[in-house]
Amino acid sequence: MANKKKKLLQGNGACVEGAIYAGMTFYAGYPITPSTEIAEGCAKILPKLGGRFIQMEDEIASIAAIIGASITGHKAFTGTSGPGYSLMSESLGYAYMTETPIVVVNVQRGGPSTGLPTKVGQADTMQARWGTHGDYNAIAIAPSTVGECLTETIRAFNLAERFRTPVTVLLDEVMGHMREIIELPEKGDHEVFDRVKPTAKPEDFEAFEMTDNLVSPMPSYGEGYRYNVTGLTHDVHGFSTNRTDETIMKLDKLYNKIEHFKDEIFKSRVELVDDADVIFISYGTVSRAALQAMQIARKAGAKVGSIQLYTIWPFDYEMIKRATKNCKKVIVAEMNMGQICHEVQKVLDPSIKLETVQRYDGEIITPMELLEKLEEVL
Amino acid sequence: MATTEKQKSDITHKYLRPQKSFPSVWCPGCGNGIVMGAFVRVVDKLGYSKDEVAMVSGIGCTSRLPVYLDFNSLHTTHGRALAFATGVKFGQPKMKVVVITGDGDALAIGGNHFIHACRRNIDITCILINNHTYGMTGGQGSPTTPEDAISTTTPYGNVEKHFDPCDLAMAAGATYVARGTVTHYPQMEKIISAGLEHEGFSLIEIISNCHTYYGRLNRKGDAPAMLEQFKENAITTGKAKKMDEQELVGKYVIGKLHEDNVKSEFCCEYQKLIDHQKG
Repeated sequence: MANKKKKLLQGNGACVEGAIYAGMTFYAGYPITPSTEIAEGCAKILPKLGGRFIQMEDEIASIAAIIGASITGHKAFTGTSGPGYSLMSESLGYAYMTETPIVVVNVQRGGPSTGLPTKVGQADTMQARWGTHGDYNAIAIAPSTVGECLTETIRAFNLAERFRTPVTVLLDEVMGHMREIIELPEKGDHEVFDRVKPTAKPEDFEAFEMTDNLVSPMPSYGEGYRYNVTGLTHDVHGFSTNRTDETIMKLDKLYNKIEHFKDEIFKSRVELVDDADVIFISYGTVSRAALQAMQIARKAGAKVGSIQLYTIWPFDYEMIKRATKNCKKVIVAEMNMGQICHEVQKVLDPSIKLETVQRYDGEIITPMELLEKLEEVL
Repeated sequence: MATTEKQKSDITHKYLRPQKSFPSVWCPGCGNGIVMGAFVRVVDKLGYSKDEVAMVSGIGCTSRLPVYLDFNSLHTTHGRALAFATGVKFGQPKMKVVVITGDGDALAIGGNHFIHACRRNIDITCILINNHTYGMTGGQGSPTTPEDAISTTTPYGNVEKHFDPCDLAMAAGATYVARGTVTHYPQMEKIISAGLEHEGFSLIEIISNCHTYYGRLNRKGDAPAMLEQFKENAITTGKAKKMDEQELVGKYVIGKLHEDNVKSEFCCEYQKLIDHQKG
């Protein structure tokens, strides 16, 4: 087998490669540290491939433009950081409500507000689930290596297209800027999913029809299905409604199209948990430190395991419950003041003690810090 | 041969959405309906297919307009219509993209998107129906509410200055700018048609009546009375040239205010870039 092409890339650059692999042809964005290389990469590559790049006047306009482009048939993409993600919250809600596939990368920095623009953080984890107002369901995923930035961005597009929903890719400043040599995938190495198109005649078409998997086929503008798209609560035709039964149907559809098929979305890496006394639970950059700490501890004879979450939302409560059932303590490590630890606590057996390692000073959590915590709790 | 009333009505019905239930959200006598009628008659005359037209709007009474018509319609968030429309147009440049917006939607919450869409000179036709107030929320002051006018948020008279949307669009780079009123129907069809056929960003401002709020609060009477006032206060561009600033206070200068057919259009320029980069 011929050697695959290798490339030294930043996480941000790998996201661009992954998006292109997934068939992304439209990017709209606004510069913001530490995500800007995603926009720059797209500005450079897209016209060469016949795709389109536009720098909008702000993040509000950026997400609006990619939603518009997605509705015309593009796989559409944007990258930002916390302050931009906050501005995007408004139209993220619009995309959830109108069931428009888009992918948003949030390269997290320290917050709140403008916070620490050039420093690392993971404090937008809950925002990725609850950031916009109202009831909805959300998908968010988090890579931990530059290679995974590529493959998880492909997965993000596949999930967005499969579920007709926005998908957030949670990077952090270290992940976005760190460089690693990665293998570039060739055609066929990864599955690429394209949205399901309607087969009904335009006169019989219902834009938001209830289907077996709760995802309605999605035509592009200009293909003869002249349907209405609105952020108002709407019926199967896309027309606004105040009816209680239609409201329940719409919100249940938004929630259950993900909830009932979450096994297709869950992804985690569970290591050496069966005999473990202590299990690290982490995601993103922190998982690198957790895996290393686990290996060092194992060599020293301590029974330590690790759970790395690739899919953050929907949260895999059952897996956490199963994987932790034999342990005595878990250590949730995250670069915030405590977000995912509360989700873990919800399903943890009361006999298991929850410990945390949290940093919110703009620096990464190191393997040494995790080992120190381990020593303390063992 | 002139179009008869019967034919006009048939044209309107051809473009109304069959699945959509009526009546509309608009008050009886609202100018929005007049603009909607003019728009579909122009589209019919120009021979556009329904599939190639995308109508994008934001929030407000005016922004409900696309929902009633049998085109591709995108009813978006408040103020963002032009940003969404930029994605639609740039994503599918062969589509005729029309933004229907109001004075609050386009100039307050959407002011930034408005000037940048003008600046890019992207081929979008923006029909801004200016009734000087927020109708849907009940008659609050907007960026086009005149000085001293009463609204529910300027109960003692407006102390702010107002925007002239056409001046703003011209200064920001729009390449076709025209103003009409709902009273001057044939002229309105003419400028909407010219805006749709213009390659580049066009702003068509239509002065319209919100007799329910703006009219009532400012003692301007019912819908026919307000339409009559538009007639009295409208000045053609030719006539306006001979008048000084003081004489033009409270008047609406109607007609084509600006046209530039030289400045390049955004999507065309980007296509050139693609063609060059793809080699």
